[in-house]
Amino acid sequence: MIENLLFELEMAAPQVILGLVNGAFYALLSLGLAIIFGMLNVINFAHGAQFMMGAFVAWMLLAWAGIPYWGALVLAPLIVGAFGVVIERTMIARLYKLDHLYGLLLTFGLALIIEGVFRNAFGASGLPYAPPAAFNALNVDIAIMFLPGYRVWVVIASLLVCLATWLVIEKTKIGAYLRAATERPELVQAFGINVPRMMTLTYGAGVALAAFAGVLAAPIYSVNPAMGANFIITVFAVVVIGGMGSIMGSVVTGFGLGLIEGLARVVYPEASATVVFVIMAIVLLTRPAGLFGRG
Amino acid sequence: MSNAAMLEIRDLEAWYGESHVLHGVSLDIHPGEVVTLLGRNGAGKTSTLRSMMGLVGRRSGSIKFEGRETIALRSDLIARAGIAYCPEERGIFASLDVTENLMLPPVIAPGGLGLDEIYTLFPNLKERARSPGTKLSGGEQQMLAIARILRTGARLLLLDEPSEGLAPVIVQQIGAMIREIKQRGFTVLLVEQNFRFAQTVADRHYVMEHGRVVDMVPNEQLASSLDRLHEYLGV
Repeated sequence: MIENLLFELEMAAPQVILGLVNGAFYALLSLGLAIIFGMLNVINFAHGAQFMMGAFVAWMLLAWAGIPYWGALVLAPLIVGAFGVVIERTMIARLYKLDHLYGLLLTFGLALIIEGVFRNAFGASGLPYAPPAAFNALNVDIAIMFLPGYRVWVVIASLLVCLATWLVIEKTKIGAYLRAATERPELVQAFGINVPRMMTLTYGAGVALAAFAGVLAAPIYSVNPAMGANFIITVFAVVVIGGMGSIMGSVVTGFGLGLIEGLARVVYPEASATVVFVIMAIVLLTRPAGLFGRG
Repeated sequence: MSNAAMLEIRDLEAWYGESHVLHGVSLDIHPGEVVTLLGRNGAGKTSTLRSMMGLVGRRSGSIKFEGRETIALRSDLIARAGIAYCPEERGIFASLDVTENLMLPPVIAPGGLGLDEIYTLFPNLKERARSPGTKLSGGEQQMLAIARILRTGARLLLLDEPSEGLAPVIVQQIGAMIREIKQRGFTVLLVEQNFRFAQTVADRHYVMEHGRVVDMVPNEQLASSLDRLHEYLGV
């Protein structure tokens, strides 16, 4: 009886952990999307490509400049974020007065171009990026499973960054400007705040979050041009379920759906790829604004 | 009254998209005055304030504030020049609590009221500091909307119908508060439909019709001009 239970745990635990790790990426990516959508009203379809760029920049920093993982974790988001700032200033800023759809089309086009450029330059097969050896010390070898230390770190890092982002938005002056400008940008600007600059920096920050997730992902998945595209469809489902523009919603839904996917792989593996979309359909039918959405 | 006008508007025209809402507004405001814009719905009172803040689609003419031309400035730079705006719908942010709403507009110059002074003028705001802004009563929201622009050091306050939709006793409080801030040296441009309220606070009244200023009545001549005003305002 007990052996039976242990066996089942042994089967389930890795899937649950894998689910949590996926959830960590869903949370980070949907958080960036939510911040960008809240402030700019733009559905950033280039988010997956920017995630992929984060991983590639980490790889380039190591291969070309000898800058290791920890440096990349700081530098890659800054570099890709700066790229986001340029994109916002030169292209997205021209679309604010138009329908949402134009922002979506523009960023979708950008995603295709960015992925195409990386495929041309680096091929589609993927490049290896080893996690720093220091993480081996974090490896957990308990009765039921072997847990690589790096994955533990990914979950912790994602939780910390999500928490920090939430604190900045809910508890600081900058966050108050952001929340107010999300409601009524015109009025916030009439109080003397440079709202266009805030929008640029917000886009840069959202993109930097995607790149940060990309660096975290580099040692787990092979660094390849399609890695963002694989994630982003599920992430959009997460955003729809959580409620477009809700910060807390993105984080909770991201981790929650990662877990549910993991459990589905144990209970009914055939459903693991679709369970998120089934939930999305149910949420759309019963609560169109999402679980955490307002109105 | 000093000779130099604090605010000088000449031939101001404004458009929202295709619709031409102001057709040549001219008016002056001197430092320390409380001046109202009276007129019927759609006469262009709110549009005049919004044009001053750079919140309309397109505008032309001249708006000089303390000698500086602001007609082409972006609205955040107009605010930084020293003009503060309290919109008709009050613009209290639902996702910010009372204190966050109060502290939102950045201080642009010295000389604004300190928090202590604001809480003395508006004790309710201190009691409800942690409530979401939009959970306040209409009167409290109006107080909050005015209080937050007193902090910033702006010298000219644009108030759009602060008495609208409020109970008479609250309107009296708002009136007392406007007289108090005038005492403290603020200059106020007040949009009003209710000239009985306006005459309790203002030095002069501009009357607007069809996107133009058509008349100016000093407050001391208001009583003798009632017939004229009734005709303008259709009351």
